[in-house]
Amino acid sequence: MSKGYHIVVCGGIVPDPLQRLEPVSTPSGPALRNEMMLPAVLDPWAASALYEAAALAKKMPESKVWLVAAGPKAKLQQVMMVTGQKVPFELVAIDAPAGGFTESFAVAGLLAAAIKSIPGLDYSRLLVFGGWESASRGAGSTLQAVGELLEISAQFQGVDELAVAEDGSFTVLERVEGGRHQVSKCSAAPAVLGWATGNLAEPPNNPQVGMANMRAIMPALQKAKAEKLSAEGLSFQHVALPAEQRETRIVKDTPVDVIANEIVDWLRGAN
Amino acid sequence: MESNVVVKESGTQRAAVPVLQTLPGDDVRQIMWRYADRYDIQMAVQSARSVARGPVARLVAEGARNTHEWTEEKSRLYDAFDDSGITAIFLDPEHGGFIEGPKNLALALAAFELAWVDGGAATCSLATNLALSPIHERGTQEQRTHYMAGSAPRKPGEDRIPYRGAFALTEPLPYVGVETSMLSGKIRVAEWKEGGEPVLQVEKRGRFITNIAFANFVTAAVASDDPRIKGSCMVILEESDPGLFDRGAHTKKLVHQLSSTGDPVLNLKVPASRIIGGYTIKDGVIIPRFAHGDVIEAVFRRTRVPVGLMTSAKLLSAVEPVIRYQRQRFRGAEGGSPGSPRYELGLQQKEDTLHRLLDVWGVGEAGASFGFFASRMLDEFDPIEREKDRIFAEQGKESARAQMKELARFEPLAIELIALEAKKVRTAEEEKRREELLAQPLVRFAQLDAQVNVYGPAVKLWNTAVGATMMREAVNLMGGYGITEDCPGFVGQKWMDAQLEATYEGPESVQRRQLSVTMLNEVFLAQLRVWLKEMREIGRERAGTGACALATGLELWLKTLEYLQSAKDASGGRLYSNNRQGVTFALADALCWLLSSRSLILDVIELEERGVENPVLAEGLDGLVAFYTDLSHAQVARSCGEAGRICAELIYGYQRHPAWDDADNNGSCRAQDADALDAIIPGIGAGVRGYGDVLEMDELRPNKAGPCFVPHGIDGFIRLRAKLDGCLCGCRLAKDRAAAALTKVMIPETLDYPI
Repeated sequence: MSKGYHIVVCGGIVPDPLQRLEPVSTPSGPALRNEMMLPAVLDPWAASALYEAAALAKKMPESKVWLVAAGPKAKLQQVMMVTGQKVPFELVAIDAPAGGFTESFAVAGLLAAAIKSIPGLDYSRLLVFGGWESASRGAGSTLQAVGELLEISAQFQGVDELAVAEDGSFTVLERVEGGRHQVSKCSAAPAVLGWATGNLAEPPNNPQVGMANMRAIMPALQKAKAEKLSAEGLSFQHVALPAEQRETRIVKDTPVDVIANEIVDWLRGAN
Repeated sequence: MESNVVVKESGTQRAAVPVLQTLPGDDVRQIMWRYADRYDIQMAVQSARSVARGPVARLVAEGARNTHEWTEEKSRLYDAFDDSGITAIFLDPEHGGFIEGPKNLALALAAFELAWVDGGAATCSLATNLALSPIHERGTQEQRTHYMAGSAPRKPGEDRIPYRGAFALTEPLPYVGVETSMLSGKIRVAEWKEGGEPVLQVEKRGRFITNIAFANFVTAAVASDDPRIKGSCMVILEESDPGLFDRGAHTKKLVHQLSSTGDPVLNLKVPASRIIGGYTIKDGVIIPRFAHGDVIEAVFRRTRVPVGLMTSAKLLSAVEPVIRYQRQRFRGAEGGSPGSPRYELGLQQKEDTLHRLLDVWGVGEAGASFGFFASRMLDEFDPIEREKDRIFAEQGKESARAQMKELARFEPLAIELIALEAKKVRTAEEEKRREELLAQPLVRFAQLDAQVNVYGPAVKLWNTAVGATMMREAVNLMGGYGITEDCPGFVGQKWMDAQLEATYEGPESVQRRQLSVTMLNEVFLAQLRVWLKEMREIGRERAGTGACALATGLELWLKTLEYLQSAKDASGGRLYSNNRQGVTFALADALCWLLSSRSLILDVIELEERGVENPVLAEGLDGLVAFYTDLSHAQVARSCGEAGRICAELIYGYQRHPAWDDADNNGSCRAQDADALDAIIPGIGAGVRGYGDVLEMDELRPNKAGPCFVPHGIDGFIRLRAKLDGCLCGCRLAKDRAAAALTKVMIPETLDYPI
């Protein structure tokens, strides 16, 4: 393959998972208490996709990575101070509401429009990456809708691995039931890949990468257009956090096999 | 939507009180500490945080602090520092760094982030910078390029071993540290071939030297032991130099175990080009360009500030775990079901726990404001100092004495500039004059130098000394849990660590000694008087911050200084003199309390004014500002209380208490005399009893030590002291409001680092 990929990663921001997430009602619908004030992170599923994209771009010369992110501009900027140091990419920022109470098709519309507006984007080399899931609500439909709007029919969800062959075709491992993977072969881009966790560790922060990224990130944030999300036909009947179940014990120096046996016993007991 | 205000009823009035919604996050800190526009610094903060709350916290949680030795696990910290860019913060871009220009604020923030979890890790990260600082501040261009670039993290594919440095000033007993002018390290000429570069024999025994277990170079302070070398200098030693590079025994520290400390023995031959800053040869004598004292002065004025901030980070890091502990204290016990005050608030039902936590928070917050103010001041000062060095180098005035003499000429101009800048409205002539003065680098230097010379030791002293004591309060607030290894937030370890921070890089007495001299500088005092007026003006607009009380506190301090400088004690001895540390050191302490509160007030105002520009804060800004205003007020009251107490002790404490049998005692009168006068001057009998000692009919003398002291010549002080007490009006109401906010603030589910 002579030219690399144009990889567009779609990723939103979510509240830091250690924060207390408490649904509240507002005149414009449900929200999380103090959500704007809470520290945010790049959605962990999208972050996996971003790291996979960077790793692929590193392997494939002439590849380029964009991150298309929708969220309140000021919060996106904070998140970029961490994410921007991880891997090289160019940001396409959309100043729009973010969170678990948005309509996934409306979000997909914004993302697809932003992707279409990227100058010089080569559809024949386009891979659209994103999270198969989301840490905010996990509708599981946003990325599929983005693919449809971009008229990309080759879509893979729950991806754990992508292996590119010399002829430009690629093999995709998608999660299926029972801890197994479905292996698919795709002859060429474009394609949409909704990543599960992938296999890569989170890269350490690298301020040198960050400084290089920031030269484009800051202008991108400054020129991000404020967009409204359509909520037509959307209503929430009930919002609640998953019921919490914790049985915590703090133990030290316990052998691994003892821990494993305890878990098995617990599972058997639970059944 | 939930309201972010609560309505408080007081009599017939109803007032909406904004509520503190969350603990302050990055958006708030970036505004308060003035790096909202610096994404390079924001990234450095995030990098340091990721290392602190990842590898560092895991090491602590796994018990790595339980060994004195420098282990393989601990040494991986440096890899983490390199990988995340922490090592590179100190370096200029041409040497592998990523931050252009001065880096004091960036380094201070990185140290703050690391110390949020572990002070030893912060020290470890700072130690190589400390070793590099003499080279950075006073090294030759060649030395700078070689050692700075060599300290940069490896790039992919490089097999270079980066430089890791240690700074060796402190001497073995009996010269432990404090008397930095006495060095036992020696330097002699070992070989000197005609026309060639001299080779020097350097002997140095260090004590409590950080990073020594793995340092591959040492910057050491040594004195000449050879008539062919003049004075003292600092010299760079490498582990590969011929001779002895014995890293010595590990120091058995009870604290900061994530930094390596030991007592090295070094006896090495090095070329003379290792003398930091270079040298000249005159009449066969090597004359180092900088004496060791010149070098360390330049170094310590910068490096002590981050140490002060490390202790402040500990205090602020304790807030969240303490709140969580207090709220959850009774959960699971009988009699407290979800929704009940006992279950939801736990110990926070008790006012005392809230007030004490506010004391911890207030000192931590004021210390952080103080330290970051000083860091920003150093960032402003760096280029001005470089320009001063350039000017003096051109004039051939490189010795400290020659520079001091020359700079004295600029001090009156600096004072004039301060006065002009303080004017809100300037005439065209004044504006022209101001610009003329600003254009003179040595005037600006004199102005800032006077402040830096106070702020460096003041931050180190106050933040660590008061901070260490206040950390004990944080431990106390965690109950028995506080002194266990399992305490969330490692609060117990931080308490002990704070004591070392109060000691290294110059213990408290060194900082007080320096302050006792620098705070008398007329340029600084002129600036302080301007700040006093500034606080009055702030007080007019924002009474709730306590700024007006602080202004009175500053006025009282100045009045006390003025008195002490001319007054004598009961034996006729001078009160303000070098050896009278009971006076000078105490007055230095009082000043630190006041200056730290001033920084906090300025940061609260910055938050209020700039916070509105950040949409992320829109929802909670009112609550944040209200809380911080109250916290500031409470902290100002504490500061003024301390300063007032110290000043009163100094004013009254050196007067001998009058005795009944003093020859000149006429401080009492007889009751019948006073009552007789009542007929002529109604009320005088009661008035005299209120003012002085009156001997009643049935007694010879009142049952007390002697007549009350009747002050003379300190009326101004007495009035100010009384005024200051009155200025405390409302400070406890502010504390009550802040305490109420602590019961409502939302905290995360759990700490973001392991325990």
